[in-house]
Amino acid sequence: MRNVLAIAGREVRAYFASPIAYFVVGLFALLFGWFFSTILAFFADRSMQMGQFGGGAVNVNQMMIRPLMLNASVVILFFLPMITMRTFAEEKRSGTYELLLTSPVTDAQIVLGKFLGALALYALMLLVSLLSVALLFLYGNPEWKPVATSYLGLLLMGGSFISLGLFFSSLTRNQIVAVVLTFATLLMLWVINWAADSAGPAMRTVLNALSITDHFDDFSKGVIDTKHLVYYLSFITFGLFLTAKSVDSERWRG
Amino acid sequence: MPRQHRSPDPVAPAGRSNGVVTVIEVQHVTKHYGRVTAVDDVSFRVERGEILGFLGPNGAGKTTTMRILTGYMPPTQGKALVAGFDVLEQPLEAKRRTGYLPESPPLYPEMTVRQYLGFVAKLKGVAAAERKKRVAWAMERTRVADVADRHCGKLSKGYRQRVGLAQAIMHNPDVLILDEPTAGLDPKQILETRDLIKGLAGEHTVILSTHILPEVAQTCQRVVIINKGRVVAVDTPDNLTARLKGAETMYLQVDAGGADAAAALRQVPGVIRVQAADTRNGVAGYEVESERGRDVRRQLAGAVVGQGWGLLELRPLRMSLEEIFLQLTTEESSQEVPRA
Repeated sequence: MRNVLAIAGREVRAYFASPIAYFVVGLFALLFGWFFSTILAFFADRSMQMGQFGGGAVNVNQMMIRPLMLNASVVILFFLPMITMRTFAEEKRSGTYELLLTSPVTDAQIVLGKFLGALALYALMLLVSLLSVALLFLYGNPEWKPVATSYLGLLLMGGSFISLGLFFSSLTRNQIVAVVLTFATLLMLWVINWAADSAGPAMRTVLNALSITDHFDDFSKGVIDTKHLVYYLSFITFGLFLTAKSVDSERWRG
Repeated sequence: MPRQHRSPDPVAPAGRSNGVVTVIEVQHVTKHYGRVTAVDDVSFRVERGEILGFLGPNGAGKTTTMRILTGYMPPTQGKALVAGFDVLEQPLEAKRRTGYLPESPPLYPEMTVRQYLGFVAKLKGVAAAERKKRVAWAMERTRVADVADRHCGKLSKGYRQRVGLAQAIMHNPDVLILDEPTAGLDPKQILETRDLIKGLAGEHTVILSTHILPEVAQTCQRVVIINKGRVVAVDTPDNLTARLKGAETMYLQVDAGGADAAAALRQVPGVIRVQAADTRNGVAGYEVESERGRDVRRQLAGAVVGQGWGLLELRPLRMSLEEIFLQLTTEESSQEVPRA
């Protein structure tokens, strides 16, 4: 565990030593804020209308927080590959990979350390976005539980993105290749169920089950379904397992 | 002390009963990259406290052998042991006892030297309480303390190399493996680095690779010459010089007043061959080969003076390491069988 934390700590330090962390966190906050203000304007409009026609109060969780979280999930799909692209590729290019692989640490510790490092930066991104959400609590009274499950869902989904990004970064010494592969695969996993409507019933279930963003929907509604937990946790485990195998196999390939 | 691996050694059966401990043992290691054979059946051993020079032209398989020893990559065949631990079977134990400086020092440019060495200490398993002390010790030992708070990416080549060395000795390993530690340094830095390495031997066992011959003669106690992935010789630099000359060769310059001194020189007992080397202003130079281990200098001098000639010069011709190296590596390539 000490080795894992040492590697994770170095990762986080590297993010902040370069402009990566500031750009990623800052721009994510900017985009999140933009979504927040536009959805808020729309929501205020709707509430006013509902008030005028006597339709009762509008659910702030349903009308405000849920769309916000769905938008955020798309934004992180664009952002996380940029966090993970350097993890292995850069070390291979600069030669520091040799230090890691000849130190008394296991492949699993290296992979886990890098995963936790990237996850920490991602958690910081989410933390900054909480500022906007906090405003809703200040001036309204949304339920906190769906907010908590949304953030749990975002963390799990982001973890899946990160584990995939680590794997692609471990395959190459070229960061651009790593980011393109990660991005394309994530995009594919996002839209894979678009073919579900025209597919047969068996295929439809499979395609829907594969879609990486579809599993997030229930979280944003405030539901924690074991099905989705299992999906994300197995996705993360499988991604990390593949990465560890890729690290190991590269030694054999030389 | 970990268990020592003992097995018949095909290379140098050094006297190991009298307290000599083998720290590194490479047994029939072969490494293929696809269809290319980088290392072909390499075997050697290194005793504790020794500095072993790993000599060979570029692309001979030095780096590959070192990477196998450090556990960076596994051999296709064969076995490598560090301090008694198989680098494949017990990689963590072996790595704990190995310090490695790759050809380009593995520095993180965004970290300061102190941060970097602190990270390395953690990674190498130095206990938290000792970490600060070890970092300071390593910096002092490699004389990088004056750049402790500079970023690794901003260091000069000499400092980068030394920080790399500090990284390698951080956990006080039994074995130090240094891949071309003086490459790219200026002459003063080369001398400093060599002194540093010599100072490290004794407590550590050192393998260093180089393609610079004088470096081996000056730093190493034993040399492994490797060419095209194969070991072509293992010996001390002095023995190599002697062993490779089947015979001793002298150079004589004789002022014989125009006469040919070769016949007279041939008469000297123990002389195998006399060859005229050069002639300058009536002074002839000869290369005289004698039986090995027989010193014929007195007799040669006597023969020349006895004829009433002037003996202007008499010196043994020693083969330089360069010549040995060339001889060995070209011999090898002429025997080379084309590989499928």
